[in-house]
Amino acid sequence: MTIITRRQALITSLAGSGLLLSGCSKIFQADALTESASFQRVLAAAQSWTRATQRFLLAGGQMAQEYKPSDISPYFKPNGTYNPGGADYNRQVAEGFVNWRLQIDGMVAHPLSLSVADLRRLPSRSQITRHDCVEGWSAIGGWTGVPLALLLRAAGLRAGAKYVVFYCADNLDGDPDKGGDQAPGRYYESIGLADATHPQTLIAYDMNGKPLDVAHGAPLRLRVERQLGYKMAKYVRHIQVVSDFRGIEGGHGGYWEDRGYDWYAGI
Amino acid sequence: MPTPVAEAVAETGKRRARPRREVIRRHSWPVRLTHWINALTIFIMVGSGLNIFNAHPRLYWGQAGANFDKPFLALHAWPGWITIPSYTDLADARHWHIFFAWILVANGALYLAWSLGSRHIQRDIWPGVSDLRDIPRSLIDHIKLRHPKGEAAKRYNVLQRLAYLGLLMLLIGMVLTGLCMSPGFDAFAPWLVDAFGGRQSARTLHFLFASAIVLFIVVHLIEVVLAGPLNELRSMITGRYAVPGEHD
Repeated sequence: MTIITRRQALITSLAGSGLLLSGCSKIFQADALTESASFQRVLAAAQSWTRATQRFLLAGGQMAQEYKPSDISPYFKPNGTYNPGGADYNRQVAEGFVNWRLQIDGMVAHPLSLSVADLRRLPSRSQITRHDCVEGWSAIGGWTGVPLALLLRAAGLRAGAKYVVFYCADNLDGDPDKGGDQAPGRYYESIGLADATHPQTLIAYDMNGKPLDVAHGAPLRLRVERQLGYKMAKYVRHIQVVSDFRGIEGGHGGYWEDRGYDWYAGI
Repeated sequence: MPTPVAEAVAETGKRRARPRREVIRRHSWPVRLTHWINALTIFIMVGSGLNIFNAHPRLYWGQAGANFDKPFLALHAWPGWITIPSYTDLADARHWHIFFAWILVANGALYLAWSLGSRHIQRDIWPGVSDLRDIPRSLIDHIKLRHPKGEAAKRYNVLQRLAYLGLLMLLIGMVLTGLCMSPGFDAFAPWLVDAFGGRQSARTLHFLFASAIVLFIVVHLIEVVLAGPLNELRSMITGRYAVPGEHD
């Protein structure tokens, strides 16, 4: 009996390790499944389960954790674009962004065009929050800016408004001076009204008490504290209120979303 | 002591020269069903988890941590044969991971509800005082690869109980530390993030708990093979388990 068990053991472990070495993905045909559109639709169901659950859990408008000044990360890792470059942005940097305009339009009663100085005169909010990147790292930074809710109230949302789209000055795939808001590779993002009107959602102009630097999105960036970092568009120059974002760029609501990442990034 | 795992199935009929081994119903159908769903799910969670880990193969302690901070543990990226999918793609790996996280939680909730309700956990897994007193002897048995026979083989030994209980705790820990990586969930339960020492600590613990689960699986598979793989496999598929006789 012992001998048989040992032989069985040997055979089974050899078979087992052979199976494992052939690769996890091969066993499940995971690569083929990943590339199949219908399987992706199955996996995508989880995104709506997560969004619905978090909408329910966060129905009370819960605030993201805030930290003490001593918790601020000594070096806040910039990600994505470090400098948009291009003739237009370089000129804006040289001028100290005095000619930067933030356009707010779309489904609003009163479209707005604001300078950075205009924004600095409005009521502001300061918060020290943790920035969680989809890659896994986190950094803590202090942000000051105008609550987006205040700007949307000033512009006046029209009936049917559902999403707020942010168009940026950086283009990850091409010349930032060409092609306008919807050029291929232009960074853009969108959020729903629940997050857009949350008190911690800011159009930020200061980071850790100083005007935003170029790597972190000068002169204006978005903060959406209950979602992942890629939602927090930098170099924001145009805000558009829409009822549907399927007609914009790749149709998935953001630069990374058009490249496979989830639109709802609360997880 | 009543046999805990199942009642014996009487083997009647043909009498042979050698008495046939007693066959019992070892695992109930909810345990068998949730076991296999769990096995598949954990396999996918580990594979897709390592793919996600490859996006930033460094672990930190505390709330925050990124490239320029001192890591708790800095590793290299895992090879493609172990990850799901085999190529590095954070977006796709997250789709796998988050979908199967829901399956893991649903399956785990089903298992917990059934096995607490039927007292499977209280009866078969939770170690009693006499079990705990048995640890030294059970340890020696395991080291000598001596497996229980007869009546003793019909119930989980103390090391098995502790291992299964530990796995349950680890899986609960995986779900909680996993949730702590979600910025949305963190706004709902910041106290849980703090309880784990911060978001990056939770991420580190998520990795360490997963490593412990992989270690459990390796030992579990070795034990299955040593205890008689066909009989053990059959007991987890059909429920029928041939009790090793005293003189085998």
